[in-house]
Amino acid sequence: MAKERILEVENLTVAFKTYGGSVQAVRGTDFYLDKGETLAIVGESGCGKTVTAKAIMGLLPIDNTTIGNENSKIMFNGRNLIKLTEGELADLRGKEISMIFQDPMTSLNPTMRIGEQIAESVLIHNQISKEKAKEIAIKMLKLVQIPNPEERYKQYPFEFSGGMRQRVMIAIALACDPKILIADEPTTALDVTIQAQIMKLINELKKDLDTGVILVTHDLGVVAGAADRIIVMYAGKIVESGRTEDIFYNLKHPYTYALLQSVPKLTKDTSKKLYSLQGTPPDLIDPPKGCGFAPRCDFAMKICSIKTPEKTTFAEGHEAYCWLHHEKANTQGVPELILTRGESSGK
Amino acid sequence: MANKTITVEVKDLKKYFMLPTKKYLKAVDGVSFNIYKGETLGLVGESGCGKTTCGKTILGLYDATAGEVNFDGFSVHKKSKKERKDFTKRAQIIFQDPYSSLNPRMTVGDIIAEGIDIHGIHNGKDRKDKLFELISMVGLNKEHISRFPHEFSGGQRQRIGIARALAVEPEFIVCDEPISALDVSIQAQVVNLLIDLQKKKNLTYLFIAHDLSMVKYISDRVGVMYLGNLVEITSSHQLYRDPKHPYTKALLSSIPIPDPKIERNKKIIPLEGEVSSPINPIAGCKFASRCSLAKDMCRNQVPTLKEVDNQHFVACHFIDRI
Amino acid sequence: MVTTDTVTSNEIYEDELFEKVGIKKELSEHMGRPALTYWAEVWRRFRKNKLAITGLIMLCIVTLLTIIGPTLSGHDYQYMDSSIRSQTPSASHWFGTDRMGRDIFTRVSVGGRISLIIGLLCTLVMFTIGSILGAIAGLKGGWVDDLIMRICEFVGNLPYLIIVVILSMVMGRGLFSLVFALSFISWVGTTRMVRGQILQIKEQDFVKAAAALGADSKRIIIKHLFPNTLGIIMVTITMAVPGFILGEAFLSYIGLGIRPPETSWGALAAAGQERLMFYPHELFFPSLMLVITILSFHLIGDGLSDALDPKLKD
Repeated sequence: MAKERILEVENLTVAFKTYGGSVQAVRGTDFYLDKGETLAIVGESGCGKTVTAKAIMGLLPIDNTTIGNENSKIMFNGRNLIKLTEGELADLRGKEISMIFQDPMTSLNPTMRIGEQIAESVLIHNQISKEKAKEIAIKMLKLVQIPNPEERYKQYPFEFSGGMRQRVMIAIALACDPKILIADEPTTALDVTIQAQIMKLINELKKDLDTGVILVTHDLGVVAGAADRIIVMYAGKIVESGRTEDIFYNLKHPYTYALLQSVPKLTKDTSKKLYSLQGTPPDLIDPPKGCGFAPRCDFAMKICSIKTPEKTTFAEGHEAYCWLHHEKANTQGVPELILTRGESSGK
Repeated sequence: MANKTITVEVKDLKKYFMLPTKKYLKAVDGVSFNIYKGETLGLVGESGCGKTTCGKTILGLYDATAGEVNFDGFSVHKKSKKERKDFTKRAQIIFQDPYSSLNPRMTVGDIIAEGIDIHGIHNGKDRKDKLFELISMVGLNKEHISRFPHEFSGGQRQRIGIARALAVEPEFIVCDEPISALDVSIQAQVVNLLIDLQKKKNLTYLFIAHDLSMVKYISDRVGVMYLGNLVEITSSHQLYRDPKHPYTKALLSSIPIPDPKIERNKKIIPLEGEVSSPINPIAGCKFASRCSLAKDMCRNQVPTLKEVDNQHFVACHFIDRI
Repeated sequence: MVTTDTVTSNEIYEDELFEKVGIKKELSEHMGRPALTYWAEVWRRFRKNKLAITGLIMLCIVTLLTIIGPTLSGHDYQYMDSSIRSQTPSASHWFGTDRMGRDIFTRVSVGGRISLIIGLLCTLVMFTIGSILGAIAGLKGGWVDDLIMRICEFVGNLPYLIIVVILSMVMGRGLFSLVFALSFISWVGTTRMVRGQILQIKEQDFVKAAAALGADSKRIIIKHLFPNTLGIIMVTITMAVPGFILGEAFLSYIGLGIRPPETSWGALAAAGQERLMFYPHELFFPSLMLVITILSFHLIGDGLSDALDPKLKD
């Protein structure tokens, strides 16, 4: 199936200057997004997933931040977003690429009517009348399944619950029919019952509007339900990427393994001890040499903390960066799942 | 279960907060349960259901509006100042927010040793040794003692909070959503630490959380709260295998499962309707406004907890029909 | 789809590189940054603020001048020499002389002592009363809080200048009465601020944690509340000093200030103002000192509040 590629990121790097030195938040990532697909970026906090998303949106602070080097590209609509000026980026934001954030409580202006906030985002990017903008706003409220949209239009954010506010945020983000929606931990601040509703809404809207979604999250449950493809990030780098089935049923990196194992499963018996990752992600002010995960990896070898592992391809689009796949690797004790070669059993 | 010792006995506990408008917010509205020695009781529910208030009131951090909490046979809320101070050595709390729960102006060493200093348990070299023991127990090391909280990650901070609670060697710990603010991989780390410590020190936990999968993993029994009331309580195995209350069912069906095949085919029971307000709750069952089974009776009469199975209590009028 | 093994490099690695090492415990909890205490951090950020440092240096110079000024010039601030009345600045009299033939440089230095002392003393009184009342109101709550807040409202609504003028007229002219008059109703703002801070910090989990560990109010105040309000209190203090210096200058200016032969910048400026048309230097130098001092305090205060704000952290 030939899909339209709408975003292509190559060798993205982001560094923040601080007094202690430069923090290498993202250390060279390559990925792409097709039209109408959901790409999940998964990892622990500080792994660079949110920074990656913000770099695409051009939302990183300008001072003390270095985005990309001469080989870096964020290609969208034939333009390299890294090279754009702040003004050009502002035109794209909200129109072509939109973002929703973790906290629906602080993302809305408390003194402005809900409907007007949606209408405003339409007016910024389109030369249309206020009446038309209002019409679109009400249509959007309907789209995100808020009951009585005409009445709700006139209300203020404090009259909305957390889940409702996140719906409004989605309405604002989608009001200009963007090509890409970036959802940064969209349900982390919400209760499970509300989370289920919001994720369902995002999935439905994605299908209806054919928007490309980048879902940034640490919750693998959410990913399992929503993503088409997954990128697993650790210490500013991609450690594994592949289709959702590849990552869940045929994973090839010990970090992915650890992430999945550390989630308790309701369906499984719980007398067994939960697998847990020891330690803390590295401080990216001096990133570890070699593989960033090596200090916390059960199966680490000497080479892991000396040389950066190379890419191993397992299936189309399923790649992992790990020394365990080298022919000389010491695979003693490594789960069979990580080592086996072959097509994912998922489909 | 029958011949287990009761560590904490909660009897018809109520905690109302007076609002500036002189109305009451009924955070906890008549909750009763026991916590047995050495077990972990999980308490789940959505935000605003009163689970955290319940935990803090049990420890006496809030005065109770009505009802009683007995710890080891003594009422927590009727203690003298001296008794209350002694009680703090036996019952401790771990907080939800790893950021606001550590004083930013104190070193990690002083934070952990706070209980030791308050009760004068160890001095001089003794204190130092105890501190090393505590900090290594939670997987940190000596170099961390002189540092300040802002230098640590969420998971590390939560472990510092655990060390602080354990410093006074308590028997009972209220874990108030200790993992909600943490990454999934770090959650497992903290939960495993809590389980290890429980085994080693024979601790009793009240584990408050909104994440049901982790609660199932750590708890022996689980109670489900909805707007200040306990709607269902039973063994964690039983609760997940055979949930009875319509709210519990909806809650369980919403948990995302990290398995694409299951997650994409599972049926979610949607919760419709408006949440009734904890300030002016309706007369009957508070879940009635969102319950698909609700009848007139539910809106007028408050259901009480009834034992429907061995040690399985449910508060619902139509328990036989579901 | 056929699986392809694509370890792309042709490099040959030694076998021993693939020896298993497993988890490195010490590395997995390693901290890369240097350890800094909170105040070291604040100082680091303050130091980077050029304006604030300029303010600090200027203030140091002014303070030093008030201490060693008379020694430097070699003149006595009260000594009148009728042969050198109203001279403009010269090599022997750097700021010139006044109409009594006194050396203005020496008088400005000595007058600065009174100005600075009054500024600091008033701030001290304001801070002491304000933080004690504010802390009581914030900690006790209930009717105590209500009472203190009502008093604050009452006192806060009194017209400041009129009260100060009436008080200094009633109490006479002297250092004590000046300090009393100036700080009599000034503590209201501090009380409100400290109360607000205490109410906010009191609700933080680390205070709850201390209470749950059995800490009494004394420990909570000393270990938790005070250190966490100290920053904002310091900013308030720095910003309050120039207000009092200006207040004293105003009182002296309208003739209610310090009694001669003692003098202050305000008193000097008042004397100079009368003869502004012919001998502007008599007004210029005391005013200059006043301006420099007030500016310095404001620069330091601004720098401090930026340095204390964690949101501006880089």
